[in-house]
Amino acid sequence: MAVGEVVTVRVDLAMIHDSGGPRRVAPLLAELGTGLHNPDQVVLISDHYVPGDSDEGRQILRFTRDWAEREEVVFHDSQGICHIVLPQQGHLRPGMFVVGGDSHSCTGGAMGAYMFGVGATDMAGVLATGETWIKVPGTIMLEWQGVLADGVGAKDMMLHTCGLIGMDGGEYQAIEYSGDTITRLPIQERMTLANMAAELGAQAGLIAPDKVTTEFLAAIAAHDSNHYSRSLELPDAAELCTDTDAELLRHHRLDASALQPQVAAPHSPANAMPVSDCGNTAVDVAYIGACTGAKYHDMQAAARVLGKRRIAPGVRMMLAPASLQDQQLAAADGTLQTLQDAGAQLLPSACGICAGYGADRLAADTVCISSTARNFKGRMGDPASQVWLGSPMTVAASALTGRISDPREFLATVQ
Amino acid sequence: MSGRIFLLGDNIDTDQLAPGQYMKGGIEALARHCLETARPDFADTVAVGDLIIAGRNFGAGSSREQAAEALKYLGVAGVVAQSFAGIFYRNAINLGLPVMSGQLPDSLTDGEVAELDIELAILQLSDRTVALEPLPDNIIAILRDGGLIAHLKKRFA
Repeated sequence: MAVGEVVTVRVDLAMIHDSGGPRRVAPLLAELGTGLHNPDQVVLISDHYVPGDSDEGRQILRFTRDWAEREEVVFHDSQGICHIVLPQQGHLRPGMFVVGGDSHSCTGGAMGAYMFGVGATDMAGVLATGETWIKVPGTIMLEWQGVLADGVGAKDMMLHTCGLIGMDGGEYQAIEYSGDTITRLPIQERMTLANMAAELGAQAGLIAPDKVTTEFLAAIAAHDSNHYSRSLELPDAAELCTDTDAELLRHHRLDASALQPQVAAPHSPANAMPVSDCGNTAVDVAYIGACTGAKYHDMQAAARVLGKRRIAPGVRMMLAPASLQDQQLAAADGTLQTLQDAGAQLLPSACGICAGYGADRLAADTVCISSTARNFKGRMGDPASQVWLGSPMTVAASALTGRISDPREFLATVQ
Repeated sequence: MSGRIFLLGDNIDTDQLAPGQYMKGGIEALARHCLETARPDFADTVAVGDLIIAGRNFGAGSSREQAAEALKYLGVAGVVAQSFAGIFYRNAINLGLPVMSGQLPDSLTDGEVAELDIELAILQLSDRTVALEPLPDNIIAILRDGGLIAHLKKRFA
């Protein structure tokens, strides 16, 4: 197989959600006059119209539930956001070829799966045939060396990269994250990196499986309730690494030790800058949410910044945990209590306002600092709302001051 | 079929093409809001056969197919851009909406009449021809059939 060649590929697993899934693919499958090629290779997760706060949303969820029962596919209903629920329920393995009906499907790259997002018609084709076509991608290596400062994390790495190479810098090729910085990152920080390969315009965002990956998978398999972590025959991780002499399309070398906390100004993740450059912008809303920015690790990081402090008067802080499992972990160790004591309002584990859904969408002229992935104009509410992107730690620090703030100042004086 | 050109800039994203808050309705309601943040009069003025000419990274963002579907519903005959976001590009082809990339001259003007030829890979204007990057045969085949579903129907027939 040569780079650029169009090839037909067998798909190991297809993930769909309530928005782009059953309601969109069922009519297409009916038109084709065929059923699912293999229901065992389909996972359905409801997250977009959860919690069903409109008539249309409730109808979509009803259709989703009926379809799941009729088609006998695995269905995780209202358990959290698909990109986090899928690996947490043990569906992903290194070396799998997976498609997902959502642009952030590249999150699966953190588990060493080649996973990418497709639209509903593409998905209907996969569901009907069990295969799809891709153009063999070239590899863009993002090599990070050095130790991140306390208060700087994966989200900062990604915003910085968006600013550096732009939202099309991924060229719809495969990004691989490598280097000693990556090796040290825990699995959920790796998920943030892989997730935001979407913001770089790449097809996939891969991290070579290693001890961190296998420990994560082994922990899931050891859990009795995870019926879906099929056999734990992990492929040899060494076989899934990029050859040292592989030909790369591009090779970016980045220094983690020099990285400061980053924010991205409205209305693009590529408008990235060090937090110190944003002129103390005042904020109305601080949002910790989405698959990108409200995992257990993200909540822990935000809670560390908050300590026993309360958020500034006039600021509304909202928290929508990425999955129920993450919410339970945060509840068990006191992280959730710290966030709520600081003044965070707990929202359902769902895509929520990050994807433009729900009652909490931003009003005109509202300024928000958000741990999510995208700040496109109008995405999270009124086109006249202003969304800045930052890490969960930067969102927490900004909630404390009412202005976009550097979390490192608070970590130095944890109460 | 020829139509008028709508000139747009770089990074036209899927939230502009298919805003999230209108996604729960059908395509008819959604299409009325297509591109309203970039060009408030777009849905009211676009006509069958018109073309979109854009800069880099057209269709960035979500995998929502409605971004391409809304354009098709409004009658847009094709999108020519300097480059496309990958998922949008696949979606457009799957829905039978021609998408072609190429280096576009600065001389193109909004409202100018043009016609897109996917087989010859050209944008034909009244007084000049712009060469575009040719599409692979398998993509032309899907577009010629009117999209992936029609293309697959032949296989399941």
